[in-house]
Amino acid sequence: MKVLKYLLEKEFRQIFRNKSILRIIFLMPIVQLIVLPWAADYEMKNINITVIDHDHSPVSRQLISNITASGYFILQNYSNSYKSSLGDIESDKADLILEIPASFAENLIKKNEANLFIAVNAINGVKAGLGGAYLQMIIQNYNSDIRAKYMQPSRFSPEKNIDVISSNWYNAEMNYKNFMVPGILVILVTLVGSFLASLNIVKEKEIGTIEQINVTPIKKWQFIAGKLIPFWILGLIVLLIGLLISRLFYGIIPQGNLWVLLIFAAIYMLAVLGLGLLISTYTSTQQQAMLISFFMLMVFVLLGGLYTSIDSMPHWAQVLTKFNPVTYFVEVIRMVILKGSGFADIKNQLLIISGFAIFLNGWAVFNYRKRY
Amino acid sequence: MKQFLSFIKKEFYHILRDRRTMLILLGMPIVQIIIFGFALTNEVKNSKVAILDFSHDAATQAIIQSLDASNYFDIQKNLSGFNEIDAAFKKGTINLAIVFPQNFNADLGHFNKASLQIIADASDPNVANTLTNYATAIIKNYQQQLNATRKMPYTITTEIRMMYNPQLKGAYSFVPGVMAMVLMLVCTMMTAITIVREKETGTMEVLLVSPVSPIKIIISKAIPYLLLSIVNIVSILLLSVFVLDVPINGSLVLLMGVSILFTLTSLALGLLISSVTDSQQTAMFISLVGLFLPTVMLSGFMFPIENMPLPLRLISNAVPAKWYYSIVKSVMIKGVGLSIIWKDVLVLTGMLFLFLAISIRTFKIRLA
Repeated sequence: MKVLKYLLEKEFRQIFRNKSILRIIFLMPIVQLIVLPWAADYEMKNINITVIDHDHSPVSRQLISNITASGYFILQNYSNSYKSSLGDIESDKADLILEIPASFAENLIKKNEANLFIAVNAINGVKAGLGGAYLQMIIQNYNSDIRAKYMQPSRFSPEKNIDVISSNWYNAEMNYKNFMVPGILVILVTLVGSFLASLNIVKEKEIGTIEQINVTPIKKWQFIAGKLIPFWILGLIVLLIGLLISRLFYGIIPQGNLWVLLIFAAIYMLAVLGLGLLISTYTSTQQQAMLISFFMLMVFVLLGGLYTSIDSMPHWAQVLTKFNPVTYFVEVIRMVILKGSGFADIKNQLLIISGFAIFLNGWAVFNYRKRY
Repeated sequence: MKQFLSFIKKEFYHILRDRRTMLILLGMPIVQIIIFGFALTNEVKNSKVAILDFSHDAATQAIIQSLDASNYFDIQKNLSGFNEIDAAFKKGTINLAIVFPQNFNADLGHFNKASLQIIADASDPNVANTLTNYATAIIKNYQQQLNATRKMPYTITTEIRMMYNPQLKGAYSFVPGVMAMVLMLVCTMMTAITIVREKETGTMEVLLVSPVSPIKIIISKAIPYLLLSIVNIVSILLLSVFVLDVPINGSLVLLMGVSILFTLTSLALGLLISSVTDSQQTAMFISLVGLFLPTVMLSGFMFPIENMPLPLRLISNAVPAKWYYSIVKSVMIKGVGLSIIWKDVLVLTGMLFLFLAISIRTFKIRLA
């Protein structure tokens, strides 16, 4: 026990004397949490639109002013022909083209039907889909305004009508940041655990100091525990800092019990540290360790349901996410912070992540022994 | 020249002998393309829905059936009380709940009006929004079937055309993004780390006393990564054309030209990082936090730049990947020529010379 104490003292000294590590641990969460949630916003606004108005009637002008007043669209340009407006799309000045044909108003009033043409730059499918849908929604609303203006409203609804009332639970203001901030916290904690821990051990290998430790009476478990405990503590500190920042900057107050989150995070950290340890046993230079942990983290984060929902992935990818520890923490942190889930709700995830912790650490320790 | 060539050879041996690193460097773009191309879609499908049906009549059955028949929804279970909704959401087993009140069909038949409630788990606002819209559309569709087909007067019909990507595939925007990400990683991070590694292990001193000039030493470090990047670009392009069906509409020569320009810029950035740091961990830290994250977040490929607040939009201009991403999108997918992208190319060239100038300056100071 005494040996472990000295080892821990050594590790903490090393970490706290290394400015760049300290910066990673304390500056990174702050910067990332302050900057990233602002960037990671899928809510569309400021969509650039170019309008070709061949009609020049009060009806078409009213439609255009409805579009610009909606707040979603910025009118970039009035164009004379479809051909010249294509230039705006090619040079990325416009995302959408709306073409109002000649005698649009006349057709609408006399023939009861008029056409509009919309062209969308669909390279980014999500953006195009949303932009097109917003524009159509505005046009539909304008359409009902026109109907209300020209038609006598009847007293009874002649048609059957189903009234759909929708409500959004747990995030009534539909704030995307409430969704992203907990997810980014998971990445930060994972980075500390796998990245820093594996680099730390491999560094001893690369400079050769591990030999010195090998010839001392320090036991393997003491060495490994001495390496893992500091990062376990640092990871949890990063999580607490992150929770504090998300409360101060974004007003996100966990709905659930903080202890549920912390206990899950503590076990999750063990699993991630096991991964870091495992990487360090398979690599001999920091460059290798960095590249491998970077590669694995990238796959884990992308397939962890952080940015895109797991339900919409193809089956093989959904199966892969089951073997990804990040998935479980992303799920749990959102459940606890946004929905207030308790121990009973996250029981399965807790069991699975404990399994990960035992398996990864066991493998790493087993692999470590062979190299001795 | 002969000395220079043998230096390049040395660097190649360094890379080629480290099989694991090689494998990852060459395999990374392939894995990324597969993940981005197939696994990451923003479309919503097979979302889990729970039904709370208090009326159990023909109309509610018909609506439930049409919801279940669509690709978007998967009816998971029938609930029997309001408090079960919260419990199911908290367990994470459903994304959406639909509540039919009592006498739904009777109300619809007698008063021509009935209401139902859609409750979405809005902890993911995007999915919640999309699901609510889809469910509403399906219900409205059912409503239209009920009503005799009669044409509404004063109808504006819209014809919408999705240019360049009619199926709205995610790959069209991800492929250029993956190219930017991989090149940035291979060139900047790897060059910075290899050079700093020589400093850290002390072998840099040995190299500097050799008859080859310092500039040539540095160039010989960069050349293998340049070649590796070209291999990566080619493999990404091949995969995207033959596996993901993303076409190359513009000139291939232009595309390769700008890619090499971007590779050079990233290499110059790597040199810059290596000349201002002296430990591998610091170099990694700077490349990761200072470059990789901004490349992912601010180049416009994950999240649209125009949504961001002004300070971030301004910062994004300093990210080389942003310019490269926009060039690749224009050349590869829109098929435009140099006349439209010349500005972006100019910015990238400017950055290249700026980075080179700074790193050569700082490098000389260090030698003195």
